[in-house]
Amino acid sequence: MTLSAHALSSHNEQLPEPFPMARHASIANTAAVKLTVEDLHKHYGDHQVLKGVSLQARKGDVISLIGASGSGKSTMLRCINFLEQPDAGAITLDGQTIEMRQGRAGVRAPHPAQLQNLRTRLAMVFQHFNLWSHMTVLENICLAPRRVLGVSAQDAEARARAYLDKVGLPSRAADQYPAFLSGGQQQRVAIARALAMEPEIILFDEPTSALDPELVGEVLKVIQTLAEEGRTMLMVTHEMGFARKVSSQVLFLHQGRVEEQGSAAILDHPQSERLQQFLSNRLK
Amino acid sequence: MNDFLHSIGLQALSLQGFGPLLAQGAWMTLKLALLSLALSLSLGLIGACAKCSPLRVLRVPATLYTTLIRSVPDLVLILLIFYTLQLWLNDFTEMLGWNYIEIDPFMAGVITLGFIYGAYFTENFRGAILSVPAGQLEAAKAYGLNRTQRFRLVLFPQLMRFALPGLGNNWLVLLKSTALVSIIGLADLVKAAQNAGKTTNNTLYFLILAALVYLVITTLSNRLFKRLERRYNTGIKGLAS
Repeated sequence: MTLSAHALSSHNEQLPEPFPMARHASIANTAAVKLTVEDLHKHYGDHQVLKGVSLQARKGDVISLIGASGSGKSTMLRCINFLEQPDAGAITLDGQTIEMRQGRAGVRAPHPAQLQNLRTRLAMVFQHFNLWSHMTVLENICLAPRRVLGVSAQDAEARARAYLDKVGLPSRAADQYPAFLSGGQQQRVAIARALAMEPEIILFDEPTSALDPELVGEVLKVIQTLAEEGRTMLMVTHEMGFARKVSSQVLFLHQGRVEEQGSAAILDHPQSERLQQFLSNRLK
Repeated sequence: MNDFLHSIGLQALSLQGFGPLLAQGAWMTLKLALLSLALSLSLGLIGACAKCSPLRVLRVPATLYTTLIRSVPDLVLILLIFYTLQLWLNDFTEMLGWNYIEIDPFMAGVITLGFIYGAYFTENFRGAILSVPAGQLEAAKAYGLNRTQRFRLVLFPQLMRFALPGLGNNWLVLLKSTALVSIIGLADLVKAAQNAGKTTNNTLYFLILAALVYLVITTLSNRLFKRLERRYNTGIKGLAS
């Protein structure tokens, strides 16, 4: 590890050694293309948030989206499962491009059945967890598998308990309400909720940004385990040290454009001035 | 027995023979209030969803409804709706050559009160919908729950936390407004008390009795609302669950 790498990774001590995939991230992933995002545009009023961003995820890829706040990285992620409607651009999952049509309120909207299909295959973990506060942990995890995937109550519960165990929560947490758990525990429940959908891709929207510093490590550890299992993940993050450890690809966004992209090595050897600036600012 | 009650100044308990009349009146008031409540809650939920909709065609009429209804006194509305409903119906039956249909005062009362309080409940529910954190529904969307499931499984149980205090309040006002429908000829509790009072020349006594009945109903419903609040507040930190 280089000196700068040490300086960059703030959670080095809490994390196990980087897993082999990441160390050899320069070896191209030759698996089939899973998800393609092409030329996304998005504006709010006069403000152009995304000015044509693209990415391609192969099976097993861990792609980190980094950039300053306002660079459009969260918007990009949210456009992928249509929590935001992109003004232009295409999302393609397993070769099927989501068809866009005129929606009810006159805006471009994805084809409802295709959107539904996409959302059952992509699970999301939010910055503020967004666990349903009126439901217990178990109910949170079981809801979508039962109601959306049609899994039986027993199977859903078995799944939920297995994934709770996987994210390192004690089984007694199952009957608690989210508000009574720590932020780190809540985010791990949120990850278990995502896993219970057995998704093909997991989207992480700044999963550790709302956490107290001492709770960040426990969540990153879980995400790293998932990366090691070869899960396909897209992650908006401010954790540079973590990004360089687990990412097979890094996208640096600046003012709605992909300014630089490549393997995790670009974090050690940034080519563009913007990324150099961004990385050096983060060390201050 | 009556002598005994008289002797201790409790002739009250015999109700001077008007007990059944008052009981019927109380029952009428309760029926009227509950049915109007059911109607106004439905109208309120529909109205609130319409007001929060991105579609103008839903928003505009809902806004018109709440603005108009809430700015005119209940009494005026009751007279207006009751008499115009009848007039419209007369025109309508005449046009079709049907027989004259008289609106049942009870149904007219329910519809009128339900329609009026629907406007208040609309605002009540709208405020509650806006108070539910956006992330809760966003998560439901992201996990593929459809519109109905999002409403039933996530939005409704959460908006009730914010709606219940206001709902309880509006219910009390609605309950007491049922007294107004006595003017369209319904034998509700107030009407019964007035009749009994006139006949016995003891109006004050019967009105106090009526007031007590209202007090009993409101006290019981307050308890029910407290229980509902407790139920919907499970999961909130710092509150008894």
